[in-house]
Amino acid sequence: MASNGSGAASPSAPQEDHRVVRVEIVISWVLRVGVVTSLAIVVAGLVLVFVHHPDYLSSSAGMQKLIQPGAVFPNTLSSVSQGVLHTRGEAIIAIGLLLLILTPVTRVAVSILAFLYQRDHLFTFITLTVLIILLMSFVIGRIE
Amino acid sequence: MTPLEFVLICFVISIAAGFIGSLLGLGGGLIVIPALTLALKVDIRYAIGASIVSIIATSSGAAAAYVRERMTNLRVAMVLEVATTLGALTGGFLAGRLAVRWLFVVFGLVMACSAVMMLRKRHSAASDEGEGTPWANYLRLHGSYYDGALNKEVPYRVVRARLGLALMYVAGVMSGLLGIGSGVLKVPAMDLGMRLPIKVSSATSNFMIGVTAAASAGLYFARGDINPFIAGPVAAGILVGAMVGARVMGRLHHSLIRYVFVAVLLLVSVQMLLKGVRG
Repeated sequence: MASNGSGAASPSAPQEDHRVVRVEIVISWVLRVGVVTSLAIVVAGLVLVFVHHPDYLSSSAGMQKLIQPGAVFPNTLSSVSQGVLHTRGEAIIAIGLLLLILTPVTRVAVSILAFLYQRDHLFTFITLTVLIILLMSFVIGRIE
Repeated sequence: MTPLEFVLICFVISIAAGFIGSLLGLGGGLIVIPALTLALKVDIRYAIGASIVSIIATSSGAAAAYVRERMTNLRVAMVLEVATTLGALTGGFLAGRLAVRWLFVVFGLVMACSAVMMLRKRHSAASDEGEGTPWANYLRLHGSYYDGALNKEVPYRVVRARLGLALMYVAGVMSGLLGIGSGVLKVPAMDLGMRLPIKVSSATSNFMIGVTAAASAGLYFARGDINPFIAGPVAAGILVGAMVGARVMGRLHHSLIRYVFVAVLLLVSVQMLLKGVRG
């Protein structure tokens, strides 16, 4: 990077900068791989849905049961993996969506490692706290 | 409408939602939910499930570009995320114990005021001198980003970190309590409170909403709210829109982003006021 505006100049600044840049490259790479893979899987799943149901291409008869309450689709890890074994489109899409959901969580986890690598103990602690609160909220199940 | 047409329409609407969401630091739920329920007659539960996925897709789709251009201030995001998640937990706890109706009115007014304040002209690249910023210095929150429109690296200093934390906590409570997207509250808190450049506020909000939504997405999935046939095309469209949006954002002039955000903020505040007044 040409310049760095992070005001506080410390004796180890050049080395720190170097580490920050390397970390940014890793994080950006993790994100791109996660996003592109999940996008590809979702699209493949959508294509499969239409391969299994050619009538979906031209007939509107099946529409209501796809988008109204009571629609049938996998929503547990076991039903997703069952569906994947039978190459069901919905299950493949679900895999792509789950991968997408994991991307931000992975990013926070990678950030913890990154702050450790930068020997920034305060931010390692702060980021760990965020991860713990997130997991807590997941358990309590009440977060927007 | 055939399922094929449904998928294509979802995809196209979502590209637009992802594009706008990534520019403004919002989740795209503002566009996705009404489009799905009103135009496409999707059940509200599935629409909300798709909207949760759309938040994560906007955030992740935009993130690679924002990290590369250093738009996202990761340190600010992490510090504020502590306050937001605690706030959201509090909001979830208070839900059902408070008369929400008047909160809609109060917050509709607060958001309208923030919109007006955000319009007032200020020196975009925050004041370099002046205010003491002990917390921001200690936490090393200051940063710089590359602005493609100005064609230079823009350094900025973060001020009033404690105020930012307090505002973020309130934003978290409100989003947990009222079920409104928190991006519309986070961006003004960073912009008005901490004086971050609008692009940095937006990109940082983008990151934060993705993390928060991911925490609750597993729950929605297990509850059967995330219908792959609906959430799939929405996620795909949003990802494409957000990747494009994040590339374009660096080159847009910051006041354009500000004006569009203010317009959206006013729209949401009117919606909230109506909800509160009508009960």
